This record gives sequence, C-alpha cells and structure tokens, in this order.
Amino acid sequence: MLDMVTATQPRVRMRAISKSFPGVRALDGVDFTLHPGEVHALLGENGAGKSTLIKILTGASRRDAGTVLLDETAVDFQTTGEAQAHGISTVYQEVNLIPAMSVTKNLALERVGGRFGIISWKKARALARARLARLKLDIDVEQPVGSYSVAVQQLVAIARALEDGTKVLVLDEPTASLDAQETETLFGVIRDLKAQGIAIVFITHFLEQVFAICDRITVLRNGRLVGSAPTSELDRHSLISMMIGRELGQVEAAFATKSNVEPGPAKLVAKGLGRKCLLKPFDLTLHAGEVVGLAGLLGSGRTETAKMIFGALKRDSGDLTVNGREMRGASPRRSLDAGIAFCPEDRKTEGLVGELSIRENIMLSMQAKSGWLRQMPRREQERLAAEMIKALAIATPDAEKPVNQLSGGNQQKVVLARALASQPGILILDEPTRGIDVGAHAEIIILIRKLCAQGLALLVASSELDEVVAASDRVAVLRDRQKVRELSGSEIDRDTIICVIAGEYDCQE
Amino acid sequence: MPALLGRLGRNRAVWPLLALVLILIVDVIISPNFFEIRIVEGRLFGNVIDILYRAVPTALVALGMAVVIGTKGIDLSVGSTIAICGAVIAWRIQSGDSHLVILFLALGVGMLCGAWNGFLVAGLGIQPIIATLILMVSGRGIGLLINQIYGGTDPSFESALLQGMSTGSSGYIPNRLFLAAGLFILLWLAIRRTALGLFIEAVGGNAAAANLAGINARLITFLSYVVCALLTAWAGVILTADTHTSDPVSVAMYIELDAILAVVIGGGSLAGGRIYLGMTVVGALVIQTLTTSILISGLPPEYNLIIKALVVLLVLFLQSGKARASLGGLIARRSK
Repeated sequence: MLDMVTATQPRVRMRAISKSFPGVRALDGVDFTLHPGEVHALLGENGAGKSTLIKILTGASRRDAGTVLLDETAVDFQTTGEAQAHGISTVYQEVNLIPAMSVTKNLALERVGGRFGIISWKKARALARARLARLKLDIDVEQPVGSYSVAVQQLVAIARALEDGTKVLVLDEPTASLDAQETETLFGVIRDLKAQGIAIVFITHFLEQVFAICDRITVLRNGRLVGSAPTSELDRHSLISMMIGRELGQVEAAFATKSNVEPGPAKLVAKGLGRKCLLKPFDLTLHAGEVVGLAGLLGSGRTETAKMIFGALKRDSGDLTVNGREMRGASPRRSLDAGIAFCPEDRKTEGLVGELSIRENIMLSMQAKSGWLRQMPRREQERLAAEMIKALAIATPDAEKPVNQLSGGNQQKVVLARALASQPGILILDEPTRGIDVGAHAEIIILIRKLCAQGLALLVASSELDEVVAASDRVAVLRDRQKVRELSGSEIDRDTIICVIAGEYDCQE
Repeated sequence: MPALLGRLGRNRAVWPLLALVLILIVDVIISPNFFEIRIVEGRLFGNVIDILYRAVPTALVALGMAVVIGTKGIDLSVGSTIAICGAVIAWRIQSGDSHLVILFLALGVGMLCGAWNGFLVAGLGIQPIIATLILMVSGRGIGLLINQIYGGTDPSFESALLQGMSTGSSGYIPNRLFLAAGLFILLWLAIRRTALGLFIEAVGGNAAAANLAGINARLITFLSYVVCALLTAWAGVILTADTHTSDPVSVAMYIELDAILAVVIGGGSLAGGRIYLGMTVVGALVIQTLTTSILISGLPPEYNLIIKALVVLLVLFLQSGKARASLGGLIARRSK
C-alpha cells in the first residue's frame, strides 16, 4: 500500500519556473514533473530552454521564480554538490572524465581517502568494480579511461554519477557520439536503472531513441512548455510539429527535393587518393549541383576522406583535380583558393575560435583567402555577418557576441556561415547536423539544396544513415578505412547501405 | 549612475588605468611637487618624464610579448636577445663599421633570435616556454663570446647615432619617446589595420580551427616571435646605447618578467587569443611608475620588489571578475 503511494507520487515537481538572462527570457513559467522509474525525454530546439531547466534542477543555476519540489518537499539547491547530496546526478554531454587516469581513479578517487589521507588501492578497486557492476559492466579497471571506446567512457561517467541514494539521473545527449550498438548497450543500462526506481531525464536529438526508450515526453519551445504526454499518445509527426511548430510536411519536402537537378560537369576528381595506415586509395568524383554522401560506421574513414580532399590531411598517393586544375601539395589555404570549403565535425576543437565574435568567425576564411595584407573593411565585414546571420537564422542579439556564448546549433551554423562566406564551388560537410535540433536540421538541408541548385558540388559525411539516404544523389560507402562501394539512384536506401557496411556485397545485386 | 558605474567596471581598460591613477595620487601625497616639470639643458626634467623615459624599453619588449602571448605563446629569451644585440653593437663599433649599418645589423640579429625561437615553436612544435628557455639560458653566454671576439678589451663605445636615439632629445622631448611612439603606431597598424591581428588571435584562440579556416597557423606563430624579437632588438639598441657598453651578464635582467607582467596587467591572458596593444603600454607604465615611486618615496630599495609584487597582485585581483563579484557580495552582506 505504501509502495503504491510512493510510486504515484512524483519524484520531482517543478512549477512555474522562470529564468531570465540579459536580453533573453530563457524560461517562462515552465512546469516539469518527473516520476520514479520513468524515462522522461526533454525535447526542444536549440535555445528552447532544456539546458536552463536542467541546470536549475541540478543546482548549477538559480531560478528567478517558481518552486522545485523533491519528493513533495520544497528544495532550493545552491550548488550541484547540494543537489547531488539530495540524489540528483547529472552526466553531461561532454564526458567529464580524465582520459589518462585509470578507471579506478576516475571512479573512486574522491571517496577512498583512508586514515591519514592514505589511499587504499584495494578498496578503491573494489569500489570501482562495485560501481561498474551496477551497470553490468565488466572491464579492467586498471586501464586508463581513454583507452576505452566512447560508449564505455559514457557508462563509466554514468557509474560515477550514480550514488547509492541517486533518485534522479539526468543524461544530457548521452548517445551523441555512440553508434547503434553502443546506444543499445546504454539503453539496457537505462532500463536497469529504471527498474531500480530511478527517475531518468533523457535529453537527445534522436527521435527514434525517444520512441525506443522514453515513457514520457516533455517539449519546450522558446522557453515555454509546449506540452507533456506519455510516449504512447504521440507519434513522430505530432512530436516534430510540437518541437518545430510547423507541419512536418515542409521538412519532408525539403528532404524530398533531391534529383530534380541534373548533375553538371565534374568539379572535383580524386584518383587513388590515400595515405598509408590511414586511408586506402580511393577514387571519387563530384559534379556541379550534386550531393554525394559518405556513409560508414565511426572509424570507417569518413572524416579522413573529407579532410584529405580538403587538404587538411596530407596524402601520400593519388591525384586531385579541381575544376580541371591539378592540385599539387595539400593545404586548407590552397583548397580555399581553389573554391573548396570545409565544415569540420567537431565545432569546438576544430571549427570555431570561441573567444572571437560571430562576425570575426564568419569572415575568417574569406580573410585568409584574400591574405593578411588586405583587411576586409569593417563595414563589409558587418554586412557579411548580418547577411549570414539572416540567411542561416542564427539566433543572436548581435554579431559582436563571442561565438562560445551561442548554443550548439547556432555555433554549427556559424561554422557553416564561414564556409559559405568564402563562396565555394565545392562544399565538404562533416557531420553537418550533429547536435542540432530538427528545425535547424531542416533549415540547413533546405539551404544546401538551394546552393546545389545554383551549381554547388557537395560532399556530406554523416553518421546518420537517414540523412545520407535523404540528401544524397550518390553515396560512397566506407568500411575499415576503405571506400568499398558507390551507390546511386534507386540503389540508395537504408538496407543496401547497411548491407554494404556489413560486408554482404551481393545482398542487393 | 550605478548602471554607468557597472558598465565602467566591466570595461577591461578601467582597472589598470585606475591602478595607475591611484599610484600617482599616492605619489602626490608623498611628494607634492611630483608632477613638476623643469627645463634643464634644453630638455624636460621631472618625474613624469622620467617614468616615460625609463618605461620605453620595457614597453617595447612588452608590446612584442603581447603579440607572442596572443598566439598562446611566450618568449622568455627577450633579455638574452637584448644581450646579444648589445654585444653585436659593441663589437661592430670596435671594428669600425658605419653606425647606421650597425643599427640594422643589431635589428637583424634580433630578428634572427626571433626566427630561432619561431623555428623551435612553429617548426618543431616545442612548447614555447621550453623553446625560448633555450635561448634565454644560452643568449647571455653568446653575448660574452661575442665580446671576446675583439680580445676581451673594454667593450665601451661612443656613438652619436645610437646615443642620440637613446639619450638625446629634440624640442625638449627625449628622442626615445618619439621612437617608441613610432614603433607603437607601426605595430598597431600592422596588427589592427591588416588582418594580422585577427589571424594571430584566431591562432591563439584555436590553432586547429584557424588552420582549417585557411590560416597558415605555423607561419603566423613563427612571425609573431620574429616581431617580438624585432621590438626587443629596438629595446636592446636603446639599453645598450644608454650604458654605451656591452654587458651581457646583467643588461635587461628580468625584463621578460616585467614584459609578461605588463601584458597581463593590460588584460592579456596567457591562454592566448587576444592582443591589447594600448593596454600593454599602460601595463608597462604601471610597472615603471611603481618603481619610480618607491625610489622617490625614500623607502629602502629592498622594499621595491615586494611592494611591486603586492600592487601587481592587487591589479590582477581587481581584474578578476570572480574576485570582484565575491568582494562585492561581501560588502553587500556587511552593509545589510
């Protein structure tokens, strides 16, 4: 009887939460209720207020108004430590582990100070194993965390966040860098934790995953609550329209506009491009007005292929011809001069200069192209930045804001804006929609389509198969650092690509 | 009014300037005729002129350091570069070269030192602090070896050209102030009126991203060390002409530390990514004003370094947003 009562009583009840930042109303009277033993998806576009809401729950940020009840008791956490002591733990998108330290040290170090501050390694190892056992993870705890796959690291991070008294676990984009199989492993762990009565907040951009694992969905938009409903009452269509506030039809139309452009002349021809131990020699041709997708699993050589064509990765064999001119010696600068632009996969480490303003980040490639001597006039810079902010709908009060203060999706748009500003004839995108919400996703695809219609040749490396299938006129499939097949026309579908990746060559032939 | 003050408080230029003004106010209290300026033997004399005059070498080195720090680097070898330049000047004067040629030779040798540092950092990828430590340690020895080229005789010299630039004056104003102003303007034009500043800041902020954006990050890094060494060589010319001798062992001792301090007081971060030229000069002025103030205050010279350290600590403390916030919170709680 008592169990029944606790089961129906919400674990967390946040009521009328509001929070403002200078110039932005981040949250406006948002309600959020979380029950024990439920996996609750928190969805919304970039800047919808997901992070702010979570930060208020976990004590990382203070609310302006509203109440937070934990087990029907009002709480007001000043620090994340205080929230943790009350059983609210968070695993952030970027894994907060020290890669060079062993799993033991990462898991147990802060808790095994014995008498006189002397560490008992025996105890530490036992503690580490016990924590991993909770997740049914059996690994060598003496190995450095960095030697394990991202998926295992993610699980170790969850193991660290889980205390004995954990009641609420917040997972912020836990699957962003996991492949399908690793995601399934993580879901197994989530189901276990759920069975233990832990309430889980699950933030993600992958809608399939929401439907696969979540019991309830709450959608935020522009700092307001759009709605909250059990997953069983929602379908993909209604969910997406809740999130982006317009009918899915538009997005699908954007996807479906392919192949109405006749491919033009060959713009880029790669013959036997490769490098020992990194990428086996491959041939690839890009035509004007055409989208070529690079599909493959993580580590199959997608990024390497893209970077080698851009010249960011030196090749030791093969020839590259751009617009009929042979490219000798590879460097990003030469590629830019030849009209190639590149958007790297990891915007934080390779894409943006965080402390520089949006304007400066956007103009960087154009300036690099015209050389250091001829500085682009300030007015010209501002015009360009304003134009790009408008064209890509970058959400910012002005162009002088340091780019690291933008949300992830908007940062991605700035990287794209820089590439587009250099007016490329060939555009290479590595994971253009990673960490981006559905709305921005569609916007970016619409924009790319428009550019292709104007004769742009596009190469897209993506781990999202559906994206590759939807966007590409041709698909180069990679496996084990080798281009294994090229698909075109009606061959391009999910199953065929999976077959090729799996090595079942003749499955569709 | 509080809003205005708040905006003022957030402006990074306020705190170093405030420190400078405070030191000057203390000076006036200690010695009421601090700002007095007289004309003696056709040139201006007075504490303010003295501070500007003495701050020139540090300011020049600090400007170069600001550029290097902008790329997320550091140059510890500036003192040694000055020692080498000085030794080259004394040596070539003893050999009877034209003094104008010697000036350019000294600047060239300085740039060579910078090219060496740049090669180690940008070419071989050695960490800047280690790479420049090599020349820092060996440079003064190289200077002594150059002194021995002419048989270890007296390295002192006379040079109308070099001493004119260093200790001479025109129209009451010391020539080195014109020189420093000219170099500052040239550097400012190079950094802010070309895209060089943006490129340096991009490389310092995120070298990998700058590279992919089409900037030759290694070339920019290399150039920054050469620019730093060129400005350092100018400081070397002034300091060497000042003493009209080559003294590799003690010339410009610890100038690298003053230069780094000046950059940091001016708001530059050792994490790279931003260059503040004007504020770096203010930083150099704060350091020199402090030194001069302690001298005229009559405190025993032993106190000099300690007081300097305390004031620098205070300036950095005030610059730190975190420290200001907690201080503000403390005051607010008290007044409740």
